[in-house]
Amino acid sequence: MARSMEKYLRPEVKTTPFCPGCGHGVLMGALLRAMDQLQLDMEKTVFVSGIGCAAWIPSPNFAADTLHTLHGRAVAFASGVKAANPDLKVIVISGDGDLTSIGGNHLIHAARRNQELTVICANNMIYGMTGGQMAPTTPQGHLTATSVQGNPYRAFDLVKLVKGAGAPYVARGSVVRPYDLIGYLKKAIASPDFAFVEVLSPCPTQYGRRNKLDSPGAMYDRLGQLCRTEAGNDPACSPPEDALLLGEFND
Amino acid sequence: MPLTTVTNPVKAGSRYLSGNDAAAEGAIAAGCRFYGGYPITPSSEIMEYMSRKMVPRGGAFLQMEDEIASISSVVGASWSGAKAMTATSGPGLSLMQECLGYAAFTETPVVVVDVQRAGPCTGQATKVGAGDIMAVKWGSHGDYQVVALSPWSVQEMFSLTVEAFNLSERLRVPAFLLAEEATGHLRERVDLPETIEIYNRDYTPGQPVFGCAEADGIPSMPCFGAGEKLMVTGSTHDQWGFRKTEGPEFHDRLVRRLSRKVLDRKAEICRHEGYYLDDAEVVVVAYGFTARSALRAVRQARQDGMAVGLLRLITIWPFDGELISRVAQGARGFLVPEMNLGQVDGLVRSAAGDTPVKSLTQVNGSTISPASILAALGEMR
Repeated sequence: MARSMEKYLRPEVKTTPFCPGCGHGVLMGALLRAMDQLQLDMEKTVFVSGIGCAAWIPSPNFAADTLHTLHGRAVAFASGVKAANPDLKVIVISGDGDLTSIGGNHLIHAARRNQELTVICANNMIYGMTGGQMAPTTPQGHLTATSVQGNPYRAFDLVKLVKGAGAPYVARGSVVRPYDLIGYLKKAIASPDFAFVEVLSPCPTQYGRRNKLDSPGAMYDRLGQLCRTEAGNDPACSPPEDALLLGEFND
Repeated sequence: MPLTTVTNPVKAGSRYLSGNDAAAEGAIAAGCRFYGGYPITPSSEIMEYMSRKMVPRGGAFLQMEDEIASISSVVGASWSGAKAMTATSGPGLSLMQECLGYAAFTETPVVVVDVQRAGPCTGQATKVGAGDIMAVKWGSHGDYQVVALSPWSVQEMFSLTVEAFNLSERLRVPAFLLAEEATGHLRERVDLPETIEIYNRDYTPGQPVFGCAEADGIPSMPCFGAGEKLMVTGSTHDQWGFRKTEGPEFHDRLVRRLSRKVLDRKAEICRHEGYYLDDAEVVVVAYGFTARSALRAVRQARQDGMAVGLLRLITIWPFDGELISRVAQGARGFLVPEMNLGQVDGLVRSAAGDTPVKSLTQVNGSTISPASILAALGEMR
């Protein structure tokens, strides 16, 4: 199965750019499988990313047209790509800081315009590439390079944010539930609307080591405990306060 | 060279248009098929005109959430194969700067019509200025080159917009129409030709997209969906687009080529007009709307017996310093009137050698009158 995905990768790419334990490789694998199951025409697909670790998922790995843009601007570039050639499938893959902090305005307005775009946000809740600074997705109280006393602010709920901006398809998945994630990605890519998938993806290097999750395994275990689904909730036992609700959030 | 003569797709003949509308007509005539923009005085009429007139011709129009998004969408659309543009004014130009550097570095053809107003900052939004001369060239970080053209009439708002598209597509650089509020809102007669020359993108399948053998070469440009598996990135890259963030040779070769591909073609790019230069002892160097007043003042000074001429710069960037040096050899002085505190003045000084340069500046939100230029010439008798 794994080797069958190699046809989607550039033969020149021999190594992963991601740190040991990074969730982005799992997301990349899930995305390739979603595209494979959809029989996506790679010659008519453009992958757009911004700046940061997640922006390296498609660029240069995917054997398709890739547009590695400026920090925060991936969605705005993608809007122009799609408008000028509506025959292209346009998939944006970038990180939480890129899409929701510096690029937050572009994200909500693209959702409002409801142009056919698939936006996949790899959310590791921190700025990984620049050294582990606080992001708008960092949970309150958690430790980062710029919040050594604990993040004083609340985190964005990206599902509520993008849904509130009008996106017809919104889902939250996690790399610890890869088969559900593949399903969300397939629906988002096949959608004729603006579709948004938040993907919880651990960053052991910058996040784990600052928050007493000393190994990638410990981070995955913790994320697995926090991830809940509506169907999977046992009404007899209340979920932890910082539970992360996975699923599709559509009317 | 894919410069082709085509039937002008917009209504030819004698018409009465505003400068902004003429720029939009020029864009449509040049083959612009994507416009991404954000409202800003005094350029908004261009966006309105494009939404009305380009969309029925099969173009795509997006009103974006801000100018950063506007120019980003234009770059994206250009890689989708569309001739693409935006229009703005000073504050919007400032917001676009990072992405203009991206366009220069990724060799993406984009056209920006900058209808200049009185800056800095919000300034006087409805009043004229010419303060963006340096900003279009130096506003983004790092070393890069652009093309910037300065129209002095509604006629040139049309023709130089066509030329901006042609140069942008041919050189794969951002090209600016450095218009001014006074020309954008001026209404006068234009004669739109039956045929025009337009440049359609040069594309040879399978060739490197971001490099070539020549140190000043311009690579072939495919578009998304052509099966080229393009890698477009704002990071330093090799000729195929692979990121090369280590290795000094990659950065050095790329940055130098991006500059040289423009500077080595200055002779083909740079245009000017001369009036009464043959025996001129004092030469007025002017551009844009100010050149209209300068020509009137020069004619008056001639009647008053002064040996004065006008050098009207049509191309501002790349700056034709060699032209200034040549003209300086026969002149005893230059006068540079500008609606800023002296931006082209410095460029003229750097090329004028021993010939003295007098700067006439005006930043009060109105155009420089012929009388002001005549008075300044009088001081140079």
